[in-house]
Amino acid sequence: MSNENTLSNNENDVSYLEYKGKHSGILGWLLSTDHKRIGLLYLISLSVFLIVGVTFGFLMRLELLTPGRTIMDPQTYNSIFTLHGVIMIFLFVVPGLPAVFGNFFLPILIGARDVAFPRLNLLSWYLYAVGGLLAILSILLPGGPADTGWTFYIPYSVRTNTNVIPALFAAFILGFSSILTGVNFVTTVHRMRAPGMDWFKMPLSVWSLYATAWVQILATPIIGITLLLVAVERIFGVGLFDPALGGDPVLYQHLFWIYSHPAVYIMILPAMGVVSEIIPVFAHRTIFGYRFIAMSSIAIALFGSLVWAHHMFTAGMSDTGQLIFSLLTMIVAIPSAIKVFNWVATLYKGSIDLQPPMLYVLAFIFQFSIGGLTGVMQGVLSVDIQVHDTSFIVAHFHYVMFGGTGFGFFAALHYWFPKMFGKMYNIKLAKRVFWAMFVGFNTLYFPMFIMGWLGMPRRYYDYLPEYQIYHVISTIGSWILVPALFLMFGNFIYALFKGAKVTEKNVWGGETLEWQIATPPVHENFIDIPIVTESPYQYKDNELVLQTQEAK
Amino acid sequence: MSIQHTAAAHIHRDDVASRMGMWLFLFTELLLFGGMFILYSVYRFTHPQDFHLAAKELNTVIGTFNTAILLTSSLTMALSIAAIQRRQKTLSIIFQLITILLAFGFMVNKYFEWGAKFHHGIYPGSDTLLSKPSGEILFFGLYYVMTGLHGLHVIIGVVIIAFMTVFTLRDVITHDNYVKLEAAGLYWHLVDIIWIFLFPLFYLIT
Ligand code: HEM
Ligand SMILES: [Cu+2]
Repeated sequence: MSNENTLSNNENDVSYLEYKGKHSGILGWLLSTDHKRIGLLYLISLSVFLIVGVTFGFLMRLELLTPGRTIMDPQTYNSIFTLHGVIMIFLFVVPGLPAVFGNFFLPILIGARDVAFPRLNLLSWYLYAVGGLLAILSILLPGGPADTGWTFYIPYSVRTNTNVIPALFAAFILGFSSILTGVNFVTTVHRMRAPGMDWFKMPLSVWSLYATAWVQILATPIIGITLLLVAVERIFGVGLFDPALGGDPVLYQHLFWIYSHPAVYIMILPAMGVVSEIIPVFAHRTIFGYRFIAMSSIAIALFGSLVWAHHMFTAGMSDTGQLIFSLLTMIVAIPSAIKVFNWVATLYKGSIDLQPPMLYVLAFIFQFSIGGLTGVMQGVLSVDIQVHDTSFIVAHFHYVMFGGTGFGFFAALHYWFPKMFGKMYNIKLAKRVFWAMFVGFNTLYFPMFIMGWLGMPRRYYDYLPEYQIYHVISTIGSWILVPALFLMFGNFIYALFKGAKVTEKNVWGGETLEWQIATPPVHENFIDIPIVTESPYQYKDNELVLQTQEAK
Repeated sequence: MSIQHTAAAHIHRDDVASRMGMWLFLFTELLLFGGMFILYSVYRFTHPQDFHLAAKELNTVIGTFNTAILLTSSLTMALSIAAIQRRQKTLSIIFQLITILLAFGFMVNKYFEWGAKFHHGIYPGSDTLLSKPSGEILFFGLYYVMTGLHGLHVIIGVVIIAFMTVFTLRDVITHDNYVKLEAAGLYWHLVDIIWIFLFPLFYLIT
């Protein structure tokens, strides 16, 4: 009996960081099924891959500084843009927010002690790690890294002699990891909500993680099988897609994008959730249009599954097909716009506190709007014929994936860091870094819109002299952005060791459940499972002040 | 409601959640095969004549026999769950073992079937196959990949059921805690259902 007491004391008094379970030391982390520790495992591995991916991006930019050879040969360039894409997509943005913050905070936000399947959760991380190792192997093995682009288009991907197979298996296994996370989150949201937390009392980031999880479940198997088939085609010479064997390469593109377009919503939805979470806290206002934001996540997940062929307008498709996909593409913009309008409406008359998380969120809204609107442009058939396969596309997806999801990730990191580690980073430095990041990002990617519009093709090693001015500006942008990124990580790492200790439960004044538990959380999150009676984001005091002001 | 204390939370068990998780996973399996069914439909549509000729080369007798085997194994799997619910541990184990045996029977048939094809020179990359029209190359490509992946699922199913047998022996699976066996059963039925689609598509409609 006394034994049991000490055990529960241990659980309730010390944070999950110090908690001693069955295993200690490093094994206590590698074998832990605590969702918070798994979240941190993901955070570390994702950050490492982000830095590797950024380094490749930086090198590409350096190469493009001058026409012709600058620092590498064309084949190396091909490999580097493939690695950059594969790492950023499959190892960073797709797992991204759900793997790190979803794991850490989803159970807490719904008042649960863990996810529904903790062991499966750990398995997902191991699959992620294996996928990452395979990706690294594909770089190191003889034969040379894959040079197909992250899209592995047929027929080149069955013809090239580079290490396409390990890269394909890496993507396959990472997909499996993503599926298991999705299964876990859907079940968790259905089964583990605290008493009283009905669907419309869930924080908005839970809604978006839920919608994302469905997309992960429903879309990922398609890419899994498609990439597996490419591997089988390469290994055994089975005729499936290769036109030499009667196959249809355009069919490959369809199957690829049936996943990969929904995948962009796997990337962006969780970031939108974080934005919806942070805005009310730093505007001290109830979120405007809670139900609209929640439902638009579901609408995005639904419509987003029906637009894939907008990546293939120039690949050969019937006119009817083109029209339908063009129309559907414009329809997806509506739920996204609904979110933006609701965020802006929440900010309106709020007392906005420009803390680092909020700065990143505002940048998210700005950059995501540019990325989203140019996306609508690309959905217009006539325009797309001009901009397809130009750096306009590269600018577009970096504005959404990096300017959107990337910045959303950083916002989440700045927002939840004190809760996760009980340490505070240097806020002043964080704000300065933010501005460098913002300026660097836009300097890096905006010129790509212009040169793409003028005809600069994408994935090209060389270019005509008239494009150089844009390339130079863009490369200068990377010289601002990359150091800013390293400074940001530096700030966090410094804070981990030397940062001011935070013991306060609620550093930012949030009203969701994670701010009502200890900082950092204890092993089981809640000593007593909370009973939820109110919707999140009430900010009653503030609303009262506002109302009296308005009455005057 | 205030909370019952932590010790209880460790033996957290939610059979509904487990079942739900399993169903979601099965959806993903269906979608995995769905991708290949799309390929099949498109290529059948673009090469109807070649598909017609190629399908004639498959052995309908073996196919039918294997269908019967798998259907029976689904029955024995269901019976093993029914048995454990009635606390008949030994009977449940016997049914699980029969299921495994039937699965082996299926694989042995598959082996002979594929072997015969190989013997006739019809296998991926073979000269005989490559000299055929492209629709037939695609048909046999899909045939090998789809039945191959299905076979892989059969093997995985055998491993899973074997684990269940051990669990039943060790009383991990009991009359009031059999959700694992149930999940294995669901998986096995899925393997069965996929075959139910593969069989007519490859063997029956010509
Ligand atoms: C400092 C950071 C970054 C730099 C300097 C950078 C630079 C570039 C450049 C120059 C390209 C064009 C390659 C070409 O088509 O010729 C590219 C492509 C790409 N980037 Fe980035 N990037 C950065 C961050 C990111 C992030 C955070 C993501 C994902 C969230 C990302 C995802 C991609 C993808 C998917 C491609 C397409 C790859 C391909 O076409 O195969 N990048 N990047
Ligand atoms: Cu798309």
